Amino acid sequence: MRQTRRDFLKTITRGAVVSALPLGAFKFLSPKEARAAVESTNVRWGFLVDTYKCVGCGFCVKACKLENEVPYDAPVTRTWVERYVILKNGKMLADTPMGGRDGFTEQKVQEQDVPPKDIAKAFFVPKLCNQCENPPCVQVCPVGATYQRADGVVLVDRSWCIGCGYCIMACPYGVRFFHPVYRTAEKCTFCIHRLVKGMNTACVDACPFGARKVGNLKDPNDPVTKVVLNERVAVLKPEYGTKPQAFYIGLDENVR
Amino acid sequence: MIEGYVHGIEWTIKELFVYPNEFIYWSIQIVMYPYMTGLVAGAFVLSSLYHVFGQEDLKDLAKFALVFSFALLIVAPMPLMFHLQQPQRGVQVFFTPHFTSAISAFGIVFFTYSIIVATEIWFVYRKYFVEQALALKGKEGLGNTVMRLIYTTLTLGSYDISEEALHKDEKAIKILAGIGIPVACFLHGYAGFIFGSVKANALWMTPLMPVIFIMSAIVSGIALCMLTYIVIMEWKKFRIKTSKRPWEVTAEEVAGVELNLMRKTSKYLLGFMVAAITLELLDIVFRGYTAVKSWDILRTIIYGKDFFNIFILQYTFGNLLPFLMLLMPRPTVRRLVVALSLVLFGVFMMRWNVVIGGQAFSLTFAGYMHYKLPFWPHNIETYKEGFWGAFTIGVMPFVLFWGINKIVPSLKYK
Repeated sequence: MRQTRRDFLKTITRGAVVSALPLGAFKFLSPKEARAAVESTNVRWGFLVDTYKCVGCGFCVKACKLENEVPYDAPVTRTWVERYVILKNGKMLADTPMGGRDGFTEQKVQEQDVPPKDIAKAFFVPKLCNQCENPPCVQVCPVGATYQRADGVVLVDRSWCIGCGYCIMACPYGVRFFHPVYRTAEKCTFCIHRLVKGMNTACVDACPFGARKVGNLKDPNDPVTKVVLNERVAVLKPEYGTKPQAFYIGLDENVR
Repeated sequence: MIEGYVHGIEWTIKELFVYPNEFIYWSIQIVMYPYMTGLVAGAFVLSSLYHVFGQEDLKDLAKFALVFSFALLIVAPMPLMFHLQQPQRGVQVFFTPHFTSAISAFGIVFFTYSIIVATEIWFVYRKYFVEQALALKGKEGLGNTVMRLIYTTLTLGSYDISEEALHKDEKAIKILAGIGIPVACFLHGYAGFIFGSVKANALWMTPLMPVIFIMSAIVSGIALCMLTYIVIMEWKKFRIKTSKRPWEVTAEEVAGVELNLMRKTSKYLLGFMVAAITLELLDIVFRGYTAVKSWDILRTIIYGKDFFNIFILQYTFGNLLPFLMLLMPRPTVRRLVVALSLVLFGVFMMRWNVVIGGQAFSLTFAGYMHYKLPFWPHNIETYKEGFWGAFTIGVMPFVLFWGINKIVPSLKYK
């Protein structure tokens, strides 16, 4: 049988279309969906910070550095505490020397002497990874070294990270940094190694005032979930669409 | 004493309220990276103007631009290797690409593009390879043997250089150059996308970024090709004048060809410059007019801290001045050299102002970071991400071109 090129192409196209049709019956799952289908998903870790209770002692930062082996004297840290001083003229001053590791004993803010009579309000805000529902850091990793667990916690594989820093640039919260020793991207893990053993995070345990709490947002009876559902809480920088899962009580509009 | 090494601490000076983990993580090598890929794309587009669109006036420059873009291409990933904290794992981008990341496209785009450029060079030089392989046959000496082996390999066993075969070659070149243009633009456009898609960075995030990058890339690529061409031709003239043996051309002939070609090429350069500057200004105007939350801090960067870098160095010395110099009638070689160097400097400053300028302010929008480029290195980091690391990357294409040009001579002119 002789075939022209046109006939040949026609047959091929027809064959391809017909054989592709049954494929439409299948649903392609994203890795996240596939994982959700097989793994138990009754846990979603979330964090609750009560800014009214924080006194800026820095115990959480100390505890975190020791627990997670982040060099103690390096200025980088997985969690930190910020001090905000709002003056009566509306001006905002803020600082976080060494991430607030040693507490805030210095009267000067941003190297300025601030007379107490000029201060309208002042408060502390602890920060840590928000374990976003839509984490931009995971999106931009070129090799998939950073990933999100089914329970929402975002981790970094130190054996796979190439150290490009793209995830550091992508995080709107400045949570990530290069680990001074391992030289790979580093971040707060919600002390997942402790959570899976039924313990609290190191910072939660270290906080003498109960300003920090970690909990399972999928459990309606969890104290954290109860507060998030029933009280007025806010998240940091919601405008980036990252859906942060660290909730704040008493978040001021000045907080960055 | 800090255990380990805090990346960025040596060249970042913080001011006011900055998060503790913030440093200038993307430094000089990330300025060099889009600069180099931009030159690749620009050089290739220049050569394609002749091959695809039949701009006969660019014929002499086209071959050179093509080979030069290959040398640049090899250098393009080097700044990234210098920048990575774990360079030995760099290949993982090719083996385990995570496709939601803009950087992961690098492997695919880079290799596609390399194959296109290499194949095109092969078709352009196939006749030459065959001639060389045949001419060197039976000649004595180690040098001749090595060269014969190289050329015999490069023919890939195809010795047919009949009219018909060469005609087919030309057709292939045209097709490859045609596919190459969008791929070259993609190679560089995606470099712009890497920055433009970072929503956390107020200065970078704009959909115009990839287009701005492509336009300025073509500007820098054309300028570099012109400049290198002038330098090589000047050297040739110098040698003709000073040597005793007779040459087949006179210095005046070379000068005539050179100036005529440069006059024509600078028209293309001006066109792309207009496009690049228009887009960049549109970006600034739009940001100022819409004045979203980040504008307060961006304004202090653009009109304050980086004013000199942006408006004096980039726009005045890098754009306006060379633009006027190129527009002026009766160009001279000297003026062209100054203008082209300024154009290259301007595009470099644009990359600098994007990459470093984008990290000049804190994510808090209430603090600043100042970048201090390490000059004399005192450890591997300050070499890699310092002046001399960038210098190494900068001279590499010329060294490579010198070597490649020994095998595929791209500067034969008529």
